[in-house]
Amino acid sequence: MTLLVGAPVLLPLLAGCLYAVLGWRPATAWLGAVAAAGSLAASIALAAVTAEGPRQALGGLLRADSLSAFMLIVIGAVSLLAMLASPAHLAAESAIGHAGPRAARRYGVFTQGFIAAMALAVLAASLGVLWVAVEATTILTAFLVGHRRTREATEAAWKYVVICSVGIALALLGVVLLHYAGLNTRAGLHAEAGVAAGAGLDWAVLAGNAAALDPGVTRMAVALLVLGFGAKAGLAPMNAWLPDAHGQAPAPVSALMSGVLLSVAFYAILRVKVISDAALGVGFARTLLLVAALGSLAVAAALLIAQRDYKRMLAYSSIEHMGLLALGAAIGGRLALMAVLLHILGHGLAKSVLFLSAGHINLAAGSSRIAAVRGLARRAPLLAGAFGLGLAAVLGLPPFSLFASMIGIVRAGFGSGAGAAVGWATAIALVPLLVVFAAVARHAGRMLLGSPQAAEAAEVSEVPEVLGVPGVLGVPEVPGVPEPGDRAGAVRLPRTAAVPLVAGLAAAAVLGVWTGPLRPLLETAATIAGVTP
Amino acid sequence: MSDSLYAQWLALACGAFLLAGVLVLWRRDLAAIVRLFALQGVALGAMVVVLGLRQGSVHLVAVAVGVGALRAGLLPYLMRRALDTPRPGGETAADEARETRPLVNVATSLLAAAVLALVAYAVSQPIVRLSPDPATRAVPVALTVLLVGFFVLVTRRRALSQVVGFLLIDNAITATAFLTTSGVPLVVELGVSLDVLLAVLVLQVLTTRMRAAFGGTDLDELRELHD
Repeated sequence: MTLLVGAPVLLPLLAGCLYAVLGWRPATAWLGAVAAAGSLAASIALAAVTAEGPRQALGGLLRADSLSAFMLIVIGAVSLLAMLASPAHLAAESAIGHAGPRAARRYGVFTQGFIAAMALAVLAASLGVLWVAVEATTILTAFLVGHRRTREATEAAWKYVVICSVGIALALLGVVLLHYAGLNTRAGLHAEAGVAAGAGLDWAVLAGNAAALDPGVTRMAVALLVLGFGAKAGLAPMNAWLPDAHGQAPAPVSALMSGVLLSVAFYAILRVKVISDAALGVGFARTLLLVAALGSLAVAAALLIAQRDYKRMLAYSSIEHMGLLALGAAIGGRLALMAVLLHILGHGLAKSVLFLSAGHINLAAGSSRIAAVRGLARRAPLLAGAFGLGLAAVLGLPPFSLFASMIGIVRAGFGSGAGAAVGWATAIALVPLLVVFAAVARHAGRMLLGSPQAAEAAEVSEVPEVLGVPGVLGVPEVPGVPEPGDRAGAVRLPRTAAVPLVAGLAAAAVLGVWTGPLRPLLETAATIAGVTP
Repeated sequence: MSDSLYAQWLALACGAFLLAGVLVLWRRDLAAIVRLFALQGVALGAMVVVLGLRQGSVHLVAVAVGVGALRAGLLPYLMRRALDTPRPGGETAADEARETRPLVNVATSLLAAAVLALVAYAVSQPIVRLSPDPATRAVPVALTVLLVGFFVLVTRRRALSQVVGFLLIDNAITATAFLTTSGVPLVVELGVSLDVLLAVLVLQVLTTRMRAAFGGTDLDELRELHD
């Protein structure tokens, strides 16, 4: 049992060690994908095992219940997509001289460590260990964000580490205060639960005895925890790092960060919310989450309207979706939480496909400016199709699962159980959602349709100062990609790069019409996350 | 250890802790700021030793030595190295080693620290009320340092000042943990220390890269990315 619970952490850790020893070479390039597939299989097995109840490992340090198992499946699925795309990405990067063997080795080590830290975060039984794992993800991805060493990359990495570390430090203060409240309960939590030393931060124990926690201290702790983990989840007000980091990281890392890292931080908020609801009633966490949700949606909508960079566009779309998740969690109850969890999975799949295809577009166009990409549908039909369908998915169009989950969240918000304030908040949230829809659809139309030549004219007239940057004007710099002129600059996608794009979209579409065996897992996980006293 | 002696030693350690934090606002010389930070680490270690002696816990005294070694020894050493890294031309060394243009001047900063102390006392009332003893009564001191750390973070414009701001926040949280509950569980404490150490290492490397890319560590230069 210990092995099964530990496998999602151990497999990537092992792969990371192998990368450290052997380096990134043709023989080891697929190691990450193998580890991710193994983790995914172990997570599915774990989901089956935990259906009857939570399982412990390592002397109570790790605990897996249905919610952890579901999050592990999301991590496994998204990291599988990212790792399948990594060999082609690194090959293209090294072809244009951006990544040498040392950089590739570092990429292998850090991505695997990153995945292992995320798996540890959702398996941790103690809020303290959860905190340590989430902070570890910041450290492990810092060099991946700054791998290009340009001014932009260094700035993005600096902001990322400082804002996330400080934000998450607030969460640590929350952990400390919750520990204090747990040790000084009215009913004597420790004696009652008979917990061993070191279990004072176990979230199951805290949630079980939450009624005895001091309300004053718990209120401070919950507010700090939601603010701190919210910073890492990209929720307003501490989301300034997100577009910079997502824009600068390599495409597969952006996919991992947007697809799962944000959701893992959000998972921490879900765990805190269970404790908060039991200790303070549902109102307190709901108010915090509603403010964060509406703030994030407003920020995303405002900055998407005039967005000029398509990677940043995707990043702001992630902020929007985190806002939606926060809205769903604020609504609470089993139905809303089921929609939230399905949304996490659907968003993870669709957004990784988007970031991966954005990486290919960036390589072909040499710039991440929307104006530099025109007529993609004619030059690269497969890539444009993946990008367009991915955008359709994150905008909530059927048949993708995000359609079902967005409808689910909104319906739960207008449902009778949640109260009038939540209904109003849901209604207000629809406004930024519509703005986002219109803005993203307009940008997508420009990038995918239109004639390729228009890009050059637009680029020259709009930004004369970037003329020195190689590859701008939509002229491909990648060897193997033909010059514009023969077939208007067609871009060929390597076959290994196409597989994760198609697979991710197919999975998101299938989930939209048929959740199948995932449904009972979603139900039990939502019951755990949405438990109301 | 008698009650009054314990209270006095604890107050002394907490006073030194607070003073070192506030004086960071006063000095502009980055090397002096690092020395003040090391002094604060010593005060934090002393605070935990006093708590350990009071409870007769060898374990806590051992943890105190570890905390002190990290925060008064290793972290200041790393920051000194970030400060001493030879720079490729550009700004003069004297200019680089000082906080030349803080957003808020020194006098106003010290006044702000006083206001922050008041806020910290107001905010920490529920914490003190839950279990009033000499140690928890000192929590407002830790929270003051936390707010001062935030203040340093947003008003100082050198990369190293921001690192110090972050570490002041972290020191304050560690102090809060020891004052309220004699520390978080050991696994968590070890993980937190490791994370902080690695975060500082990462920031040190990024500082070096920032010098290479921007020719200095003035954070106002960081404006490539915006919408």
